Order: sequence, then C-alpha cells, then structure tokens
Amino acid sequence: MSQNTPEIGTVGLLRFMWRQLTSMRTALVLLLMLGVAAIPGSFIPQRTQNPIAVSDFFATSPTRAMWYERFSLFDVYSSPWFSAIYILLFISLIGCVLPRTFEHYKASRALPPVTPKNLSRMEHHTEWKGTGDELEIARAWFKKNRFRIRELDGSISAEKGFTRETGNLFFHLALVLILLGVSFGSLFGMRGDAIVNVGERFINTPTTFDSLSFGKLFNEKSLPPFSIEVDKFVAKYNPVTNAPEDYTLSVTVKDTPESAPVKKTVKVNSPLTFGSTRVYLQANGYSPIVTVRDSIGNVAFQGPVPFLPQDSNLTSTGAIKVPDAIPQLGFVGSFFPTIGRADEGGGISVYPEALDPQLFLGAWTGDLGLDNGRPQSVYRIDTDSLTKIGLKSLAPGETYEFAEGSITFETYIPWVNLQVVRDPGKSYALLGSIVAILGLLASLFTRRRRIWVSVTKKNIQVAGLAKNSAPGLENEIAQLARALGRAE
Amino acid sequence: MSTTWAYISNYFVYSSMGVFALAFIAHAYETAFAVRAPHLADSAKGNLRTKTFDYSRTEKIARIATAMVILGFLLLLAGVVGRGISAGRVPWGNMYEFSITGALAFTTAYLGALRKYDLRWLGLFVSLSVLLTLGTAVTVLYVPSAPLVPALKSPWLVIHVSTAIISGGVFLLANVIAGAFLFLDSMEKKGERAPWAKRLPSLDTLDQLSYRLVAFVFPLWTFSVIAGAIWAESAWGRYWGWDPKETWAFITWVAYAAYLHARVTVGWRGRRAAWLCIFAGSTFLFNYIYVNIWGTGKHTYSGL
Repeated sequence: MSQNTPEIGTVGLLRFMWRQLTSMRTALVLLLMLGVAAIPGSFIPQRTQNPIAVSDFFATSPTRAMWYERFSLFDVYSSPWFSAIYILLFISLIGCVLPRTFEHYKASRALPPVTPKNLSRMEHHTEWKGTGDELEIARAWFKKNRFRIRELDGSISAEKGFTRETGNLFFHLALVLILLGVSFGSLFGMRGDAIVNVGERFINTPTTFDSLSFGKLFNEKSLPPFSIEVDKFVAKYNPVTNAPEDYTLSVTVKDTPESAPVKKTVKVNSPLTFGSTRVYLQANGYSPIVTVRDSIGNVAFQGPVPFLPQDSNLTSTGAIKVPDAIPQLGFVGSFFPTIGRADEGGGISVYPEALDPQLFLGAWTGDLGLDNGRPQSVYRIDTDSLTKIGLKSLAPGETYEFAEGSITFETYIPWVNLQVVRDPGKSYALLGSIVAILGLLASLFTRRRRIWVSVTKKNIQVAGLAKNSAPGLENEIAQLARALGRAE
Repeated sequence: MSTTWAYISNYFVYSSMGVFALAFIAHAYETAFAVRAPHLADSAKGNLRTKTFDYSRTEKIARIATAMVILGFLLLLAGVVGRGISAGRVPWGNMYEFSITGALAFTTAYLGALRKYDLRWLGLFVSLSVLLTLGTAVTVLYVPSAPLVPALKSPWLVIHVSTAIISGGVFLLANVIAGAFLFLDSMEKKGERAPWAKRLPSLDTLDQLSYRLVAFVFPLWTFSVIAGAIWAESAWGRYWGWDPKETWAFITWVAYAAYLHARVTVGWRGRRAAWLCIFAGSTFLFNYIYVNIWGTGKHTYSGL
C-alpha cells in the first residue's frame, strides 16, 4: 500500500471487497461472464459428452490439445475458472438477497407511509365534492382489494404489491436451491453403462458395468441390489427413411435377490425406477453368436459377442478373442444387419433391421497379449504382432475353415445398453425450478403501488404512486373513485 | 391418408409463400408510393430534393398489405395443421416443421402486437423474413412427413418445443424493435428523422415495447428450458448435460436475465439496453442455426 492512501485495515478492506462483490454491477458482470464462459464448451468436444472426440483431438493435434488441457477446455463446466465465476456469482447473489429479505420482512410488517401533504403532486390525482363519509367506503374498498392500510386523521394511506419483492426474493433463493440440488446430485450420485444381450441378466454390482463413475461421496457399496433380466427387445424402423420409430424392451426385474420377479416394459422415454436410481434404454446393437473350434474340432469359444454400431443402419464392428485356442485366435469383424454394397474394402449395411445379415471376418493368429496385464478394449484387436490367416464373409449358419481351426456364424441376437443413473439431488433442482418460475411470474406481473384517499370538509382527493411507472394504476384509481361516488 | 395430408400441407405452405410475397410487394409499394414528388412549382424554387411522405396516399394499399399478411397467416396455419395431421403428431419434429411453425409464431406475434400498437411499418420486414424462412424451409430443410424417432415420443415434445417456438418468435420481434430503435436513434442524433420514418413510433415507445416483450416472454423461456430438462431426465438419463443446444439455451437465458436486471435494477435505457437485447436475441438465433445445421450433440433432429 502506498504512502498516500489512508490505512483502511484488513477489516475495512474485506468490507470494501464484500460491498464490491455484492453490488448489482458486479453481479451483472458476473452473469454476463458466466454466459460467455459457457461458450467454448459448445465448440470444443467435452469429455463428459464425447470422450472419443476428445481422444481424437489429442491424436490429430497434440500440441493444441495439450494447451487446451491446461485451461481445462475439455472439461469447461467443471473447470476451476467456470466454477470460480458461478461461485462468485452465487456469493454475490446471496449477499444481495439476504439483506433484502430482512428488509422486506421488516417493511411488510411496517405500516404504509403517512399520506403526503400535497396529493395533487402524485400520479393520477383526482378531486371532487362528496358527502363526507367516503373514508368508510374507501376502507371497505381497500380491505376488499387486499390493500394494507394506515388510517390517519382525515385520510387513508394504502399500499399493495409486496408480492413483487417476495417473488423476486423467492426466485433468487430458488436458484440457490437448484445449485445445491445439482451439487448434491453430483456428490452422492453415480452413473454407469452396461451392454446386456437379450436373454442375459444384469445385476447391479460394479463388475457387471462396462463403465462406471461415482460421485465423491458415494461408493460402490451403496449400489442397490436390483437385477434386470432382458427378455425381449423389439426395434421398429421406418422402411422409407430407415429412422427408428419405436424401441420396446421387455424385462423381468427383482428389487433384491429375494424379492418376487416383476415383468416390466422399458422405452426411451420411460425408464425403470429403483428409488433414486433409474435405468435407461440408451442404445442397441447386435451380437453375432459364433462357435470357434481348434484344429482338432474342440470348441474353444461359443457365445454372443457384442459389436458396436458405427452408423444409423447399424453397420457394426467388433472383435472375437479366443485365448483358449492353441495357438490363440483373434477375429476382427464387421456385422451388417442388411448387407448392401460389398467389395474388398468392406461392406455397408443399408437397413438397421436384420433382413439379410452378413458377418465379415478377418482371422489372425498369434499371442493376443491378454496376459501381459495391459488393459485392452474388448471391441478391438491390436494386430501388429499377429499373423494374418485370411478374410471371409459369412451368412448365418456358414463356417469359415482354416488350418488352425474354424469359426461358425451361428446366428445373432440384439443387445441393449442399460444406463444406470443415481441422482438424489434432482428433486431439489426440480423444486427449485418450480419455485423460481412462480417467483419470476409474481415479480414480473405484480407491481407495488400506493393509493391515498383524503377527505377534508367534503372535499375528496384520490391519488397514487407506482414504482416503475407500472400501467394499471390509473384504472385502479378510477375504480376507487367510482366506488366513492365520483360522477363520471 | 397421411400422404394426402402431407401434399395438402405443402400446397398450403406454398400458397402462403405466394401471399406473403404479395404482402411484401404491397408493403414495399406502400412505402415507395407514399413519396410525394416535388411539384414543378417547387422545382422552380430550386428545392427539387425535398421529398415528403404522405401515407394517406397509400392507406388503401397498406390495408391490402395487412390483409395479405392475415391471409398468409391463415394459409400457413392450415399448412402447419395439415403437416401435423399427416404425421399424426405435433408439427415440430424436425427442422422443416420447426421453421414453418416458427414462422407462424412470428407472424402471430406480429399480428397480435398490431392489434394494440401501430406496428404496420414492421410489415415489410415481417413479410420478408417470413418469406425467407419459408423459402429456406421448403428448399433446404424439407423432409417427407414421417413419424418421430423414439426419443421424441413424449408429451414433453408438445410442451417444450411449443414454448421454445413462442419464446423465439417474441424474442425476435423484440430484437427487430430494438434494432429499429438503434436505427432511428442514430438518425435523430444526426438531425431530424427522414420523412418515411416519421410515422414510426417514438423512441420511447420502441424502448418500452422491446422491454415489455422480453419481460412478458422470459418466464415462458425459463419454463421451456426447465421442461426440456425434465424431458431430458426421462429420455437421456440426465436433466442437464451441457449439450450444445442446452449450453446456448443457458446463454440466452443468462443474457436476457442480464438484460432484465440492467433495465430494472441498474436503470439501463435506450442504446445500451437495445444492444444488450440484440445480443441476447442473437444467441437464440445462433442456437437455432448453428446447433441444428452444423452442430453436434443430442438435439440434432434436422435430418441434415
């Protein structure tokens, strides 16, 4: 601190900063900053939505990705700078709203102000000769119209429209409730995905998930012990546009291992609910069922293998790994529900329903590298250290035979991706939203105004005053004047 | 049955485009022929350049223009309803439908405001922008009438998208009025208003009107965003995921919230308020164009 500035001390400095933070201008700047800060996340791929696009970004332009990473541009909405803005905004908001709440509480208990001496200076002033007992009628009129009144000698001061500030305060406090709901949900929530073949059972334990993430204050021990058996999955497509029209998943659920099984139907817009955990139908695809035999005809692998869809016609890719065959076998495959064009480069599916299914396989042999402890994707095979056997296209029931053994494409079944989400904060966020809307409506569509009636020797005066020069006061005063017997 | 209705809908949309084109010509004629050319007597005095506007000369054509807008509105309404019947659902399942319904909402907002305020001067702009929107819709965005993808099959489609369309129509009208304010304000700063601009409302009226429109529709927009969140919770497993469309809806909300605070609490009026209003409106427009056509994320139903 320089010599010339007066010493304000730490407390003074803090008070100064607090005043700055809670000033309306700062709040406005923070609000606009929050809007601007949200922009980059809509252009740069975000980890929470599209992790594959983020890793592609790292692969194609590593230097730029590194710099983006330093500024958390792949996680904008959980980044320190984004959090800083909204936390400051909410502190500023609370600092602004709390004192106003106390003031408003006090004001709502106080009497309306004394009638001004010169009513003709107020808005919509009107004056006429009356009978002298207008004050009685005015009191009744104010009571009927739910004004707060203060009776003075020869006049009444009335006030209405406190709902405006009440609504305003509720709106802002409700925003705080929404923020708390969001934080609560992310701290005590969880989210996981599991691909389940039709006919298989999903049990809600960590090992059955393909991907799983927990909130900071929630752990795997708290997972509710429900199970879901996938009985049937039907997808309907539009034959002209190929677009999906309906997905229906039939399941049998058990809340706990001991409870009785219940049959249920899941659709895209109607998930299953287990307390604060919900299970959504998020994606679907096909699992070819194959049988792999070794050179002497022993079955080395048999079963469905989920393939991942690559386009809207469900052209799918996947990998079949057979570590039990000697030597080990691996197949890189593409599945086409309805095969269209096909050449050496590959094929393409022309319709998402399995009308003419075909499985393209590239067979490889060698060490699959499953024992070296490095994690690898179940949908891909690193073929660098493998020896190629050959390529083959199979229809259901067909077999590809080669020196090391054979593979039979038996048939196929659909799979569904179940997304399990626990969000205990969402009901608070919803409650906050409802209160916010109601508060907003109250604050935008009511207006605070005062009306005075004064009677001196049969001389009647009525006038009013409204904040923000709201419309409608003129009509209200005209109505009152009519009620008091003023001739039109 | 459904294909017949789709054809009927297309005919109505095309006819409404024809009528909006006529409305545009009539409005243009109204402005152009209101010019009173200098008389020979004036030219003798040397003031050939003084032009005056006399709108009483074109009162009849102006009435015809408004009638055309109303007729275009009715035809478009029939087109939108027909589209809905052909698909057996609400007519906003893709970008084509969103655009024709949006154009309808915009026309409704204009005609509604016209009943209360003298906004006929906006007619030229309204008919042109409706014409452009419909033109883009039928040429670039058109897709055959078809049922919805599973994620859109929800009662929330009616609630969420209809409120978004209405909010958008009113936001854009507020934007146009704020733009007119800025234009006329700079004109008045340089001196007098040009003759043709004299019948336009006062700056104060424009300033108030754009504010009232925003204040009126902001709760509806808030509701639309919340309805979207409730729907997303049941369809996508989260109520808020910072999907590009959600992000821009949030930005629009924040921008209008800042606008309302600036006006009510800080007391902004005039140019600054108008610019903020236009900024907020542009975020809405950007969301509509960018996210649907070039964007990624879960809100891409345009079929482009």
